Amino acid sequence: MAKNTNVTTPAATNGASPIKKSTGRPSIATTINELKSTIDTTLSNYFDSLTPKLKLIDIFLTFLVLLGVINFVYVLLIGNFPFNAFLGSFISCVGQFVLLVSLRLQINEDNGQKFFKDISPERAFGDFIFASLILHFIVIHFIN
Amino acid sequence: MSKPTTSKPQLKVLGIDVESIRVLLKVIIFISIAGAAISSRLFSVIRFESIIHEFDPWFNFRATKYLVTHSFYEFLNWFDDRTWYPLGRVTGGTLYPGLMVTSGAIWHFLKNWLSLPVDIRNICVLLAPVFSGLTAICTYFLTKEMKDSSAGLLAAIFMGIAPGYISRSVAGSYDNEAIAITLLMATFYFWIKSMKLGSVFYATLTALFYFYMVSAWGGYVFITNLIPLHVFVLIFMGRYNPKLYTAYTTWYALGTLASMQIPFVGFLPIRSNDHMAALGVFGLLQLVALGDYVKSKVPSKQFKSFLVVSIVLVVALGIAGLVGLTAMGWIAPWTGRFYSLWDTNYAKIHIPIIASVSEHQPTAWPAFFFDTSMLIWLFPAGVYLCFQELKNEHVFIIIYSVLCSYFAGVMVRLMLTLTPVICVAAAIALSKLFDVYLDVVDLFTEDASARPSKSKKSKRFPIAALASKALVLLSFTFYLFYFVLHCTWVTSNAYSSPSVVLASRNPDGSQHIIDDYREAYYWLRMNTPEDAKVMAWWDYGYQIGGMADRTTLVDNNTWNNTHIATVGKAMSSPEEVSYEILKQHDVDYILVIFGGLLGYSGDDINKFLWMVRIAEGIWPEEIKERDFFTERGEYKMDKDASPTMRNSLMYKMSYYRFTELFGGRDGVDRVRNQQIPANDPPQLNIVEEAFTSENWIVRIYKVKDLDNVGRSLNQATAFEESFVKGSASKRNRAIKRPRLEVRE
Repeated sequence: MAKNTNVTTPAATNGASPIKKSTGRPSIATTINELKSTIDTTLSNYFDSLTPKLKLIDIFLTFLVLLGVINFVYVLLIGNFPFNAFLGSFISCVGQFVLLVSLRLQINEDNGQKFFKDISPERAFGDFIFASLILHFIVIHFIN
Repeated sequence: MSKPTTSKPQLKVLGIDVESIRVLLKVIIFISIAGAAISSRLFSVIRFESIIHEFDPWFNFRATKYLVTHSFYEFLNWFDDRTWYPLGRVTGGTLYPGLMVTSGAIWHFLKNWLSLPVDIRNICVLLAPVFSGLTAICTYFLTKEMKDSSAGLLAAIFMGIAPGYISRSVAGSYDNEAIAITLLMATFYFWIKSMKLGSVFYATLTALFYFYMVSAWGGYVFITNLIPLHVFVLIFMGRYNPKLYTAYTTWYALGTLASMQIPFVGFLPIRSNDHMAALGVFGLLQLVALGDYVKSKVPSKQFKSFLVVSIVLVVALGIAGLVGLTAMGWIAPWTGRFYSLWDTNYAKIHIPIIASVSEHQPTAWPAFFFDTSMLIWLFPAGVYLCFQELKNEHVFIIIYSVLCSYFAGVMVRLMLTLTPVICVAAAIALSKLFDVYLDVVDLFTEDASARPSKSKKSKRFPIAALASKALVLLSFTFYLFYFVLHCTWVTSNAYSSPSVVLASRNPDGSQHIIDDYREAYYWLRMNTPEDAKVMAWWDYGYQIGGMADRTTLVDNNTWNNTHIATVGKAMSSPEEVSYEILKQHDVDYILVIFGGLLGYSGDDINKFLWMVRIAEGIWPEEIKERDFFTERGEYKMDKDASPTMRNSLMYKMSYYRFTELFGGRDGVDRVRNQQIPANDPPQLNIVEEAFTSENWIVRIYKVKDLDNVGRSLNQATAFEESFVKGSASKRNRAIKRPRLEVRE
């Protein structure tokens, strides 16, 4: 088994994976290797398919994740006394994150045609603005 | 039915476009449905008068009155010092304000914009019928998403008149459910719509209606568990797509944040276990989305191992997190009311106050037939048809029906949430049937194409096919007519009686109205000081607050069990013990309901055992349920009644002077069919009778003050009675030294 894995992993990145027909359970080393190659493929594929708009969205997404993490770390360190304020800021990060991801899914070229037939990119952006405005209104109301 | 028109736009009937005829028909149908829905709910208003019916609505009515006489801000910060007497109730933080705000808004709209100043009472009474019309329309849209608009119309008709829903929404039943079912249907409609389209806009609308629903009814928990379950099942069926992500995450993020704005809900959506399913699915959906992305990039072989590893990790982490957080007390465990849905014996053993409500009992079979007539047997057929055409939205109906059937089986009250899905599923089944059997067009088109090739004789009229179709159609039309009859009959006879006014029939058939409740409440309102405190069992708390406008100790909002147990103890203890409690709580009047003279079974003696049980839960040494039974374990009021029973304040207050009505013979309690002994009438020392209504249903007692010269009230009464009876006991007086303690 261990020999087999060394052979399979480089080939697997091409998507061919010709040899691996071991019906028995794969060892942990195999799994880890496969996992690693999976992540590599995905990452390289991701950077290839990035358009400027998507890049903008993704930078915003990273920024939101950072904000959320900072929020959370702060709470862990200091305590959560005005709990609603913490929740408001944290959920605004999370909410904006999922709204952005939704927008990203909707305006993405490969998905747009396949799943969101009835929603044009402009419509998606309008929806995004509508939902974001409501989200921010509620957040401001909640923070008090 | 809609198929041929799209292909032939020039199809005309009587020179009018078919499409516009269809619109016209729809409008007419909707108007008639709304008319039927509203008018079938008006029985009680027409028969009696326009008043609020049950117990709970009286509080909602009172809160609404407060809202329209004060400002909205005062309403949100309302501290009600006229209930739960020593404690008070922070009303703004302990009620769902949606109902009051809705009717307050309607009141303002009518008054300021349409210049129709309508009394707020009439708006409250007629709110439920109006909203039932809207429910029918929402059900139409929901069913239209499931099938086509013809099924939608059928569902709207069913929903308009189904007794299962009417029971909670007759005119005068100003309860949260009145608008909650409308909002439930609207939320579900927008959810289905957003899930189908993947639209963020509709998901936002779902969240907004969800917020409105949260503000209106505690049953919003049902939505928070149903939508995640739907998504969860779809993921497990391998039907994940990006639309699901956009719809669900938008709903969850906005809806959760919005629901936390209601003060009564507060941080519950992140703290309580009822809401954890939604959070879990939200997290799961993020992972699935990521996995979906990875899957689209790498070959499936590799993806498999990725999947296995991540699933194992996620499940382990998720379960460990949930269990850990619950164990650490960060997430509240299931609330008792909710928990009793799963463990059906839980309430009976641990929380008698939940089990004591008659709505929380299991449902019997006839109730299903009674409440939904023929829909109950079309319901499984509709669910089956949903299975046959298993689109994403049909999964929703299936889950909804399975889950809700279970809940409705456990608790009578939850018939209400089952009724919409029964209507939808039955409409799907019936419209499928009508689609097949009403379709006579192909019968004739086939005939027409065949005819010219054959001989001129038009004997080939498809009589057999037509007849069989007609037979099926006629029988189902008959069922539909019968359904209307059944619904009207049930509504008229079972669900349209106000509990405030009792109606009975005179021997000649004319109606005799027993209006003791209001008689007594108005007596309280007019003849007692404005700050008098009235003690009654919690059932009547809202009505006393609403009609008599006096301060109560406990009411139907059973948020403080100990306080209710205190009242229960005062009612079930001997006089001396009760007097302590009464004085500690500044009670001025005690109100008991007694149906023994009239045969009104819902009186306080029949509820007495619950008082005992609830009091026993807090003071097991002082109150024991066993003491209230006879030696043979019977619950009796007659001469066999146990001494504890005879000495309890409730017994004495109920039967005080009762036998006097029977002129020396034993009194007959018509509810319990027992003889109340005339030779040993109950003596009251600590209270005096203040008011007894015409049919003795409501009896009000005034608590006596402490004795002027410091005797105990028993001694004082005994002393006074010795004068009344003459100097019989005076004659032989005993002079001896009393055994007293040393004075300090």
